[in-house]
Amino acid sequence: MAAEELKSGPLEYRSQEGRMGILGFWIFLGAEVVLFATLFATYAVLFGRTADAPAPSELFQSGVGMTLVMTFLLLTSSFTCGIAVHEMRKGNAKGLATWLIITLVLGLGFLGLEIYEFNHYVHEGATLPSSAYWSAFFVLAGTHGLHVTLGIGWAICLLIQLKQRGLTNVTSRKFFVVSLYWHFLDVIWIFIFTGIYLTGMVL
Amino acid sequence: MADTNKKVPTQHVIGFLLSLVMTLIAAWAVIGSALPTMWIIISIFVLAFLQAGVQLFMFMHITEKSSGGGHVPWNMMFHGFALAAIVVAGSLFTMSFGFDHGDMHGGDHGGNEQHEEHSNHGE
Repeated sequence: MAAEELKSGPLEYRSQEGRMGILGFWIFLGAEVVLFATLFATYAVLFGRTADAPAPSELFQSGVGMTLVMTFLLLTSSFTCGIAVHEMRKGNAKGLATWLIITLVLGLGFLGLEIYEFNHYVHEGATLPSSAYWSAFFVLAGTHGLHVTLGIGWAICLLIQLKQRGLTNVTSRKFFVVSLYWHFLDVIWIFIFTGIYLTGMVL
Repeated sequence: MADTNKKVPTQHVIGFLLSLVMTLIAAWAVIGSALPTMWIIISIFVLAFLQAGVQLFMFMHITEKSSGGGHVPWNMMFHGFALAAIVVAGSLFTMSFGFDHGDMHGGDHGGNEQHEEHSNHGE
């Protein structure tokens, strides 16, 4: 790619700065993959080390409906986030804002359910210090939850910036990057859903 | 693959439906099916990787033409995924190999026991 400004193509890719920003964000996502891999590895190694705390299979099986709702909320939010970028590329700032707000509401719903779920586990006697297994569980699921929280805060800041500055090379790049982040969180959740909840129910 | 000019982003809709269907199949495999445990685990992880693929290729514009391949640093992404695989598989191999999962010993006993076993073998 040449360093000059492009006249066509998606707005966020037209300037050299925009292209480099997106490249850099992919590198960050590569590092995030490794971060979550270490947490998954810790979780897998400590699986079954529940000590005197409740076994995960009981808690996961009784809460399977809620886990599925959380998964669908996040999958749908990833879809609406994709639509938001689609609207952005049509130059429709209002559509972008609308779909992004829907995405954030779904994300908040996910977060609320996760807090409720953690609270429920704590009441059942499964807490961060209660056993090696539950430490690994809360750190892995909690790190994902923290990422979702940060993503929501980040996107809200961007929406404010969109209102102030409109759609430019710079704001569209920022929205594109936050959409990559949001899809990535969904990828991580798929593995948490499969590796923790579904596997925890059958093992 | 940017369908910028279309009213409905077909690819996103297809990806969304695919991910919903795969989630439901995975949930059914765990809750409703009578498959052996090993097969359930293998199939739900295959579905998870397929779903990750849907996100990457259909939602994250990873192979987009109009933006020059999305400017994805393939070599670095490959390093990320390779490291992830090594960390997870390697940890399981070294820490849990030949080790009974369902036992009731505490976590801190586990490592020591295995360590003792190993040193006994050496003698």
